[in-house]
Amino acid sequence: MKTNKKSMKTSFRSYALCLLFIPMAFTSCSDDDENPVPVDEEEVITTMTVTLTSSGNSTVTLQSQDLDGDGPNAPEITVSGNLAANATYSGSIELLNETETPAEDITEEVEEEDEEHQFFFSTGGSVTGATYSDQDGDGNPLGLSFELSTGEAGSGTLQITLRHEPKKPNDGTLADAGGETDIAQTFTVTVE
Amino acid sequence: MSVKSSLMRFILSILFCVVSNICFSQECERILLGEIVDFHDNTPLLGASITITGRSNTTTSNAEGKFTFKNLCNGVIELEVSHPECKSEFITVEIKGDTYQKIKLEHHLEELDEVKVVGSSVINKTASSQEESLSLKTVERFSGGSLGDALKQINGVSSLNTGANIVKPVIQGLNGSRILILNNNVRMQDMEWGEEHAPNVDINANQNISVIKGAAALEYGGDAIGGVIIMDPLPIVNTDSLFGKTQLNAFSNGRGGNITSSLVKSYSSGLYLKAQGSFKYLGDLESPDYLLSNTGIQERGISLTVGKREFIQGWEAYYSFFDSDIGILRASHIGNVDDLIQAINSEEPNVINAFTYDINRPNQEVGHHLGKLNYYRRFEGLGKWTIQYDFQRNQRFEYDIRVGDDADKASLDLRLKTHTLSTDFKWDAKQGFDLKVGLLGRYQNNFANPGTGVRRLIPDYDKYDFGGYGIAEYQLKDNIVIDGGLRYDFTRMDAKKFYRDSRWEERNYDQDFADFVIEDLGTQLLTNPVFDYHNVSATAGFKYDLNENHVVRFNYSFSNRAPNPSELFSDGLHHSAARIELGDLRIKSESASKFSASLERKSTDWGYSVAPYLNSINDFILLEPSSVEFTIRGAFPVWSYRQTDAKLLGIDVALFKNWTDRWRTDHNFSWVRGHDKSTDTPLINIPAANLNNTLTFTDANWKNLRVALESQYVFEQKRFPPNISVFSPEQQQEVELDINSPPEAYHLLALDSEIQFSISKTNDLTVGLRITNLLNTEYRDYLNRLRYFVDDLGRNISIRILYNY
Repeated sequence: MKTNKKSMKTSFRSYALCLLFIPMAFTSCSDDDENPVPVDEEEVITTMTVTLTSSGNSTVTLQSQDLDGDGPNAPEITVSGNLAANATYSGSIELLNETETPAEDITEEVEEEDEEHQFFFSTGGSVTGATYSDQDGDGNPLGLSFELSTGEAGSGTLQITLRHEPKKPNDGTLADAGGETDIAQTFTVTVE
Repeated sequence: MSVKSSLMRFILSILFCVVSNICFSQECERILLGEIVDFHDNTPLLGASITITGRSNTTTSNAEGKFTFKNLCNGVIELEVSHPECKSEFITVEIKGDTYQKIKLEHHLEELDEVKVVGSSVINKTASSQEESLSLKTVERFSGGSLGDALKQINGVSSLNTGANIVKPVIQGLNGSRILILNNNVRMQDMEWGEEHAPNVDINANQNISVIKGAAALEYGGDAIGGVIIMDPLPIVNTDSLFGKTQLNAFSNGRGGNITSSLVKSYSSGLYLKAQGSFKYLGDLESPDYLLSNTGIQERGISLTVGKREFIQGWEAYYSFFDSDIGILRASHIGNVDDLIQAINSEEPNVINAFTYDINRPNQEVGHHLGKLNYYRRFEGLGKWTIQYDFQRNQRFEYDIRVGDDADKASLDLRLKTHTLSTDFKWDAKQGFDLKVGLLGRYQNNFANPGTGVRRLIPDYDKYDFGGYGIAEYQLKDNIVIDGGLRYDFTRMDAKKFYRDSRWEERNYDQDFADFVIEDLGTQLLTNPVFDYHNVSATAGFKYDLNENHVVRFNYSFSNRAPNPSELFSDGLHHSAARIELGDLRIKSESASKFSASLERKSTDWGYSVAPYLNSINDFILLEPSSVEFTIRGAFPVWSYRQTDAKLLGIDVALFKNWTDRWRTDHNFSWVRGHDKSTDTPLINIPAANLNNTLTFTDANWKNLRVALESQYVFEQKRFPPNISVFSPEQQQEVELDINSPPEAYHLLALDSEIQFSISKTNDLTVGLRITNLLNTEYRDYLNRLRYFVDDLGRNISIRILYNY
């Protein structure tokens, strides 16, 4: 019995020591004093610039810029001027990530993966229509280049949506295309 | 093979052959009738002492060798049987209704100093609060599901789902950080703060599962405002034996199944070894009308235990690893508020692909390591001292649909490490009075990997906890037990978080928390918020046995919970949910006062329980849609955390009746009403009332046949906060976002049947068939986050085969 007790005591001691030291061994190797590094946000589109040119009319640019991304500030929308009535404009779209310096050109990424992207245009009021003037590798519309037509003078809207992984080909509607929205912006313009 | 081990197997097979009832768990009026005979000549043994381990109940056998225990709960208990001239035996018995058990002792074998084992904990953790446990049979029936699915069998427990595979338990209306999960006595630290974060536990590992509804079990924490879920291993007996079981489940919905197996080797010296493993593999699930693309799941679990139990002292080392890869419904990945409007208005999901077992994006991969060492020692005339160290490492990856080089990069990559050292001492030397005091220290570190290329939703932080408590139970009279406790917890949260300048200012943190800024990076700030929380919790209650059949319980508990990292720091866009989630640095601890009472009647023929409760929570923290923010991708609903004073009033009612030996019916009803007192509106995400009825037929004489028809009626939740109005860029107008409206009521039928075959004396086989959503009903559930996108699961035919050896 006596020897039993003794061995019990020693084993107890060794357990206790063991238990005390294990947490220290773990915590001592954590590196909590260093500051975390900021995240480089990727695949962010902060800026969409639409350039509308038409011979005989001045060039108009439409821009949506959202420098704080998912932050609380809404995108800033600017329209450089008025569109001419009963005209046809060729439009081109440029996408940038301006959280990086220099700004990253996202347009190239869309061009490279053109089968997985498509712009959709929806017009209203004095903006009478938009048609695709480019195609992806499979011959389906892409929309980095397009033609925009205007009608009589008045107010009009141009809604531009970029879908990622849409169904291609589709019937031209957002509902049929599905996929995820990378950009959805509406510009209100004056046609004169 | 020794005689002992075959005895063991015999007992086990009895144990598993006990005809199962459906879950009416709070049956603590059961009687165990036992008979003790000499192993060699079957003569009755007089004067054997029988103790239920972990309890002070002791009795002795009479001249016919018989003994009885009354007032037992359904579940597994362990008996210590000793006789002056025999070797003590430890026997596990499953109490299933009134139970008879024959026990054979090896007479002649005199061995002094045989010891009692330390009880595993199937008995109630508290005397006065509402507690229920799942029978082993029920746990086995849900072996292929999740913990949350199984717990829904308990009245008053529901779940918050993200699809069918991510199931968070909800106890009397509360979920997430308000519910503690004790996995083999280790409090799970697995990022329980997220609505799409299910508990990282294998239901097949620790199958002794019970629920305490409320915060009365202070030894586990002072912040269990919702309740505590306890998962303990099944008791292992100190004999030389080797036994195991293997269960296979196959499912038609998902076209897969799972397998789980465990093996236990025990020695009469008290040493034991246990190994257990599980594997689950399911492909895309189906609703009645269409395939739910990308809803497959793969899970792997392993657990290893080695320990030694003696009366004076004992120890245990436990390790478990649980890993899951869960597909998130493809159609739930949407872009912006217009996509959400479209999804809500559309009958069918926008993506339906061909069936596959592959798990594509979006998905989550979570691995959880848990290690535990504990040691106990008894001191004569005093009580028992326990010390435990545990370590957990939770690694969570959430993958989104991404393009280019980032396609295989996680969008969320968090690693949470937790170390806990705890100790307690229980004075149980005095009959009728138990006192337990304990201390706890915990260190937790969260690391958010910046390599994701996505801003951190949860920041890096260190968290320190220190707690101390005392709980006591006192037998005031023969029929009255009172219990009570007090606990103090200190929590320090020390985080390092980046804020965009625009967000910092929009929240007015620049005025209130300017001290936290440690670095200005131009467009964002690095901040170091440090918060200390001091929380006190207390509980008191009684249990009063009115007469033979009736018990009354009353409990009051006051509990405090410090805010979790998500509530404080969430800041970002959840792509898969198309919502911006915002925490608030100003959030303080919430404190709850809960009154619960119950009246129970039990007899062999029939019984009922009526259990009302009132939970009044000050500074209740909730997450709800509040506004809309515009980005270049369109508009997103903002879900913000806010605090308010809330009141939850509810009742759980259960009734059963054994009509004949073979026919039994069970009827459960639960209802809870959640109200925001500050705004005078209903609380969000409160489960709808539900009514469950079960008709069971059993035939003990024919292969223990059991057939049960289960009906579940879920009412429509009529009380919900108002929807929000958003500007839809696509429609160019303000529209109502139907984000809070609950779906209609639904009714589901399920069929469960089971038979048992005896293969040999020690081996037996159980074969079961279960069909859920028997009529292939289309329905959506209010507490399923995917209800905007798809119908819930269609019919599922499953087969289970359980082999004990």
